[in-house]
Amino acid sequence: MNVPLLSLQGLTKAYPGVVANDTVSFDIGEGEVHALLGENGAGKSTLVKMIYGLVKPDSGQMLLKGQPYAPAEPRQARADGIAMVFQHFSLFDALNVSENIALGMENPPPMGDLASRIREVSETYGLPLDPFRTVGELSAGERQRVEIIRCLLQDPKLLIMDEPTSVLTPQEVDILFETLRKLQAEGTSILYISHKLEEIRALCDHATVLRLGKNVGECIPQDTSARDMAELMVGSTLHTPERADRDFGDIALDISGLSVPAPSAFGTALRNVHLTVRKGEVLGIGGVAGNGQDELLGVLSGETPTAADAVKLNGAPIGRLGPVARRRLGVLAAPEERLGHAAAPDMSLTENAMLTASVRQNLEKNGFLKWGEAENFAEQVIEAFDVRTPGPANAARSLSGGNLQKFVIGREVLQKPDVLVVNQPTWGVDASAAADIRQSLLDLAAGGCAVVCISQDLDELMEIADNFAALNEGRLSAPRPTKGLTVDEIGLMMGGAHGMEVAHV
Amino acid sequence: MDLSAINPVLLIASLMVAATPLLLAAIGELVVEKSGVLNLGVEGMMIIGAIAGFAITVESGSPFLGFIASAIAGALLSLLFVLLTQYAQANQVASGLALTLFGLGLSALLGQGYVGVKPPQMGKLDLPVLSDLPVVGPILFSHDPILYFAIALTAGVWAVLKYTRAGLILRAVGENHEAAHALGYKVLKIRIMAIMFGGACAGMGGAYISLIRVPQWTEGMTAGIGWIALALVVFASWKPWRALLGAYLFGGVTVVQLNLQAAGVAIPVEYLAMSPYLITILVLVILSADKSSAPASLGKNFHASR
Repeated sequence: MNVPLLSLQGLTKAYPGVVANDTVSFDIGEGEVHALLGENGAGKSTLVKMIYGLVKPDSGQMLLKGQPYAPAEPRQARADGIAMVFQHFSLFDALNVSENIALGMENPPPMGDLASRIREVSETYGLPLDPFRTVGELSAGERQRVEIIRCLLQDPKLLIMDEPTSVLTPQEVDILFETLRKLQAEGTSILYISHKLEEIRALCDHATVLRLGKNVGECIPQDTSARDMAELMVGSTLHTPERADRDFGDIALDISGLSVPAPSAFGTALRNVHLTVRKGEVLGIGGVAGNGQDELLGVLSGETPTAADAVKLNGAPIGRLGPVARRRLGVLAAPEERLGHAAAPDMSLTENAMLTASVRQNLEKNGFLKWGEAENFAEQVIEAFDVRTPGPANAARSLSGGNLQKFVIGREVLQKPDVLVVNQPTWGVDASAAADIRQSLLDLAAGGCAVVCISQDLDELMEIADNFAALNEGRLSAPRPTKGLTVDEIGLMMGGAHGMEVAHV
Repeated sequence: MDLSAINPVLLIASLMVAATPLLLAAIGELVVEKSGVLNLGVEGMMIIGAIAGFAITVESGSPFLGFIASAIAGALLSLLFVLLTQYAQANQVASGLALTLFGLGLSALLGQGYVGVKPPQMGKLDLPVLSDLPVVGPILFSHDPILYFAIALTAGVWAVLKYTRAGLILRAVGENHEAAHALGYKVLKIRIMAIMFGGACAGMGGAYISLIRVPQWTEGMTAGIGWIALALVVFASWKPWRALLGAYLFGGVTVVQLNLQAAGVAIPVEYLAMSPYLITILVLVILSADKSSAPASLGKNFHASR
């Protein structure tokens, strides 16, 4: 191969107290799909921010087609043909699709021309999109199309994608991959960041693995097993959660004919939901975000009161009870949103432990709080779930996402629930910690707890769930045993590809 | 009671005058809020504009210079708000309230020598044939230039927000400042310019009261117009033409109720006096059924580091 498109040489970036990138070097060839792998905090985000001009490296250099390349700001990176699809979409809800796209371009054409170019590009690449729809009304998959088309309109030489598939159904992922392969065939290089190793094996030509800011190895994904890549990322042997064969007990949680109106304009109504979970069973609930997951969790945790008979625990109606009363009965929940829902961001871990555990761990007496015992409990959680933090006095906000996730799940698991409801338990958590969290859920179930696991990570549900059901627009499909379920069947249960089609041309 | 004493032509002409200060202040605040900043200091910037415009007009003899001075004064006072909220990251609500209190106090101090003084009048539009037309002449062609300026400003703001890239960027900053920053736009710079524009508009609105509507200086003479302007922006759903409609409605009801008082209608004066506020808010509440148009980052401070 001749001169690589982008060559990174010894890039180093240090933040106070932590070296995010330590002399990282690798090359991205023209027309190559290059994967960047690594655990949380391995420095992947910092690295792509340097390429995109959002962060300046402390030392080291980048060469773009053999020429020194040091973008001072994203505009300059875009002008040099580098485009990026952000992990957290950088879109404006109240503006329409073409306005959003115009904002990401250096010299946008007049709106009328832009709209027709959007139509043209979106049809060529099989990503149908109406330029005049307001972005706030679009689904997550459609929003991602907006970001991708924004990049494509600038004829990028290098497209950076930060965890693009976390919000898509399997069918949508297939179509995205078709689009990416077509781009690759046209000579565009792609830097692809993902946790999902099977995807990387299916798509990428080459992979670079980062661990603690260092480049610890490269591999050809097609020739390497997912397990080997995971172990390269973690730096140690990875253990897969073990599922002991077990018999289910009586029905613990029973929901029948539950309908709840949408809590807000952007919420989803639950429509005639039925589900039962037996003692010792793990029920996995899949579905694309925004199809009623948050609402279902609210109903189970007690945040959203329902008719008394709609939710039953061991046959007794609990639909009218609030979260504290349900906790007393052993129904615990860990919501998805870590900052602001599962944890109070500016309060310490001890205070956060107090907030959900005071009932079951006897942390209060006659209205007075037992801070010493709360601190002990927080320390137990930190110890048992390997939460990396200087101590329980630190604010929840100061923890990285994955570490806080370990804390909020661990806090519920250690309270020995009879029914545990979790939403996205391993969201943003790296492979080895995710395996630990899944193992702890399975251990709970083995001890007779009924677990409801709502997740968008299908591999996770396949790994731990006994039965699988999918949420689609607030309706829950009939549960089916996970054993023998294929990805295609799951995709159809989740509502298919939402009107996407495979790239033409 | 003698309703025939009310001349509908004069009524319409004077409602336009009554509405102009409100319109100027509201259009300025609309731009500020579109950029995601909530400046509750409109009343303070208006009253500073009122005294600055009045003083310069009296000293220089030129109302035109007075209006320019009022815009500069309003923008200068808004810089204090910029300093507090954009650099020191202070709370926008508290800073805005402080700005109003500060403006009211400072204007009273500055205006001590001007109580009872009569300012030179600004010339009115006088087109040969058009201004002498019956009905249409007094309503459309016989006002002061600032009144026309306010209407042109409304049209200008509407066009800029809707059709230009500058307007799109302004709306983007107000909608999601994190995303705008990630795309490489200068959030602080854009907001500071918007805040100063709002200050200049409020200052001119204040000067319109002290130079044209009332022509004299009294302490606290803006009498809550700045607060009405703030409410107007919200109830107008951040749309310039609705702000114009609301301002004219408010001006209209104000003038009508004054006329009714003069005509001796048998409704207690207190009810008449509160009617402009009630009716304006009622109509705009009905109009503003679509709440979604509030800028999503409104009132949130922005840190580039996050």
